[in-house]
Amino acid sequence: MRTSTIQTTLLATALCASAGVQVVLGSSTTSWLAPPESPTNLVANDLPWDGGGTVQIDWTASATPEDQLKGYEILAHELSVTPREETIETDEQADQAAAEQTESVLEGEGIAPEDARRQAELSTGSFAPAPADPSEWTSLGIVPATQTDYQATGLDKAGVYVFKIRAIGLEGEFSAPTAASGEIRPVAAFFNGRKLPLLVTLMLIASAVFAFIVLARRGMPMRIRKIAGLAAVDEAVGRATEMGRSILYINGIQDMDDLQTVAGVTVLGHVAKTAAEYDAKIEVPTARSLVMTAARESVQSSYFSAGRPDAYNPDLIYYVTDEQFGFVAYVSGMMTREKPAACFYMGSFFAESLILAETGNSVGAIQIAGTANPSQLPFFVAACDYTLIGEEFFAASAYLSGQPDQLGSLKGQDVGKILVGIVIIIGVTLATLQAITGSDSLEAAVNYLVNVILGS
Amino acid sequence: MQILTRSIPLFITTVAGIVMILSAFFPYTSDWGKFAGQFFNILAAFAFVLGGGNLLKLHLKKISDQRPGWAYSGVVLVCFIVTLFVGLMKIGAYPNPTYPSVHFGGETQGSGSMFWWFYEYAFKPLTSTMFAMLAFYVASAAFRAFRAKNFEAILLLGTAFIVLLGRTFAGVLATGWIPPDSAFSGLRLENLSVYVMQVFNTAGTRAIMIGIALGIASTSMKILLGIDRSFLGSGD
Amino acid sequence: MIKLLENLDRRWIFLAMALCVSVPILVIGLTGVTFPETPTPLAEAFFAEVDRAGEAKGRRANVLIALDYDPASAGELSPMSASLVNQCSQRGHRMYFISLWPVGPQMIDDSIEKVIKRYYPHLVYGEDYVNLGFKAGNEQVIKVMGIDLTTEFRTDVEGTTLSKIPMMEGITSLEDFDLIAEISAGYPGSKEWVLYAATQYDIPLVSGMTGVQAPQNYPYYPTQLKGLLGAIKGAAEYEFIVNEYIRRSRLEELLVASGLDPAVAGPLADEPAQIPAWTTSAAAASMTPEAKADLIDAATGATPGEFLEGQRRMGPQLFAHLLMVLLIILGNVIFFAQRRRGGSA
Repeated sequence: MRTSTIQTTLLATALCASAGVQVVLGSSTTSWLAPPESPTNLVANDLPWDGGGTVQIDWTASATPEDQLKGYEILAHELSVTPREETIETDEQADQAAAEQTESVLEGEGIAPEDARRQAELSTGSFAPAPADPSEWTSLGIVPATQTDYQATGLDKAGVYVFKIRAIGLEGEFSAPTAASGEIRPVAAFFNGRKLPLLVTLMLIASAVFAFIVLARRGMPMRIRKIAGLAAVDEAVGRATEMGRSILYINGIQDMDDLQTVAGVTVLGHVAKTAAEYDAKIEVPTARSLVMTAARESVQSSYFSAGRPDAYNPDLIYYVTDEQFGFVAYVSGMMTREKPAACFYMGSFFAESLILAETGNSVGAIQIAGTANPSQLPFFVAACDYTLIGEEFFAASAYLSGQPDQLGSLKGQDVGKILVGIVIIIGVTLATLQAITGSDSLEAAVNYLVNVILGS
Repeated sequence: MQILTRSIPLFITTVAGIVMILSAFFPYTSDWGKFAGQFFNILAAFAFVLGGGNLLKLHLKKISDQRPGWAYSGVVLVCFIVTLFVGLMKIGAYPNPTYPSVHFGGETQGSGSMFWWFYEYAFKPLTSTMFAMLAFYVASAAFRAFRAKNFEAILLLGTAFIVLLGRTFAGVLATGWIPPDSAFSGLRLENLSVYVMQVFNTAGTRAIMIGIALGIASTSMKILLGIDRSFLGSGD
Repeated sequence: MIKLLENLDRRWIFLAMALCVSVPILVIGLTGVTFPETPTPLAEAFFAEVDRAGEAKGRRANVLIALDYDPASAGELSPMSASLVNQCSQRGHRMYFISLWPVGPQMIDDSIEKVIKRYYPHLVYGEDYVNLGFKAGNEQVIKVMGIDLTTEFRTDVEGTTLSKIPMMEGITSLEDFDLIAEISAGYPGSKEWVLYAATQYDIPLVSGMTGVQAPQNYPYYPTQLKGLLGAIKGAAEYEFIVNEYIRRSRLEELLVASGLDPAVAGPLADEPAQIPAWTTSAAAASMTPEAKADLIDAATGATPGEFLEGQRRMGPQLFAHLLMVLLIILGNVIFFAQRRRGGSA
């Protein structure tokens, strides 16, 4: 009996000890191993009035206190694709993203967009694409524990998605996920409401342009300041005639889908008409075949309207090469050999602008340039006799034609500038006051201006 | 004839332009915009043939007329034909890993092909050489054109000196005596050049870009509405 | 003189520019001697922050190295990443490589091949450095890493699960890193790391970037950004500091290994030019000839070319810019002389 008492005592002691240990371990075991409570009331809806691909997800926070959670993970499953298709999509997106990034860096250095794109494709094609995780549920992201909403963006507009949320504990343990949401299609709305501020701005500027065109047609005089570069066209063409040398006209190195090239072809028409009247030879090497065709049409019409159809020679408007530096190598060589008396550079240029302008200067030509690429303007301003800066270049057509309709549109542009000026003053004032006072309402106003109005 | 050369092009321009504008605001029409844009790509592809034909014609004529420099035309033609042949025939291209037995299945520009070789060892060095020439032309432009003719030009030259020197060891040497943590540290050339680029240069560039954007908007509107038809020929 | 300048053939200018660019490159290439760089406080702060990472915790630092650039910017940024990896390797930090750019993994491979495998072959993959590769998602990746890194990076770039990599033990989020060192060429880049990592979690962040981006990031220094390297100038300054540090550290290691008291080795290592003379002194009598040769080589030997790229490029840049300034001045001398004579410019 004594022995059994001792045994019982020992057993009881052991049990108490283990119970005590369990109690001691219990609280930390619960925090280590027990997952947090799941969030509830998951609601997912297609975001209204957008361009598609966005879903608004809301939920009720987990019963586990916030300070015991790391955050919430949002999971999505696209019902309409297989994991293999998803992998292919992800690989293609990764390649596309890589090429776009390289392209933008190269363009910033002055490489023409076509070449930048080619170099980017060649450099990224050799890398292994990002491995995609073909699991059924994809993690869209993790948000802090204080947040109970999320906007899933970049989804496939034609896809069908379901979503789940799970909480993450401090040690990285996951809660059970919520039940899957209903099937959501992140479709586009009829009108992309986020672009409303842009539409309003466009309407205002368009209305101003229309209004001034109408006023101009009714006879209101439109005074446009003198643009020295355009006023010098006659002088340049006359000089070429006197010296018996040709006029060189470069229409930029981009294609007809660039508005600068279209503006360049417009100015070419006027220069060609003046050249036809003065009986000067005008040579137009082009960097794109379509530009060659458009330039030929323009020059031919100019010669016809000047009454010199016989003097038109289509072989003087020719295609050289699409390649940026190949084109400028040809033109530089041609300028050095043939020594044109007047050089016009009207269009979109990149890094080759200074080479052209300096070569033109070395042969003693009078040079008139016009471009809307801000990075090339300093080179033209430094090296050419006259430069049309940005909007002066776009105004060239109106200025040279003198038509009331076109002059009216220039006035309408000025209204746009006033509008921009007002927005800048309001924005700067708000941002400055906010920085000084730290006011929350001013901060909200600044954020609205930046993200909604300017971000549309 | 006016219908073909004037009315139809204007109609196409207006319709395509309106479709592109609509596609920016009405998501339902976003594919229409892409569809319209693809026509340009198709046209540009056909235009390659036009351009290539024009190139051949011009250079062959120069060779046959034996005009000065006709040998260079010969070089152009030889390079043109060889590159075209190598690219079309995919000379030296590795077989496609997925379909190795398919003829002409390899990638034209894939590493190791002859086309790739032309690109890496002929085209890229030549392009880099032309790009590098900019350094020389900048120097000659600086000597010839940067004259202090008026107050604005003097300001320009001053900032040019600050930025040129501030980005080199010379700038650090010139103003290194100004303590870096003093109130005048902003006058150190390297700090001053950063300030010039960050404030003055950015402000000027932004102003020009705003003007350009408005110019583009106005010109586009004139073209879409057919007010400016000069790109189709002289404007009437 | 004025007449000579007025009629100066521009080919002389071209020749001058060619010499200004080619001579420094050749001289630097042959001699390995570059212009002394006077590091700016920004570069010094960058170096100091990397140097003291982990000191507060008294253990090897865990440094997250994000190489967010591509081959197009490698000319400007590769010197920065080479020197960063060089400093971390010498210092003994654990390096965790990631990239937010799709072509970033090539930059990581370059850095590992050119620096770690060549100059620190004793470093073991998985224990001293690990390559986690690229993850798509831009700033979303940073936000998620702030909470749970293993959600974004489940394996390394070879496919090994993180739980099998020794140095990943204890690393669950950004807060487990002692320092984030980031080299960027655009978006996503410095700004995103500042906004979503440094500001949110108060983790020390240093960043190297292209010249175009630097002005936008100056406001973040020195609160959110502890160090900043801008453009090739910043790269050259940082390279200079790191090369001096590496030379000093190696000298000190060799001196201590040869039996010299660390209290003496330290100051001696600060004066590499004195080492050749010191090896002939009585204090070095116990050293073997091979050890002396190693010491002299460490003190005066040429720095490997990989760690001189930034400084090499500063030579031509300096002379070319000085030439431009000289040409502008000469051009204006001619202009004013002509004006005084009543001629046209």
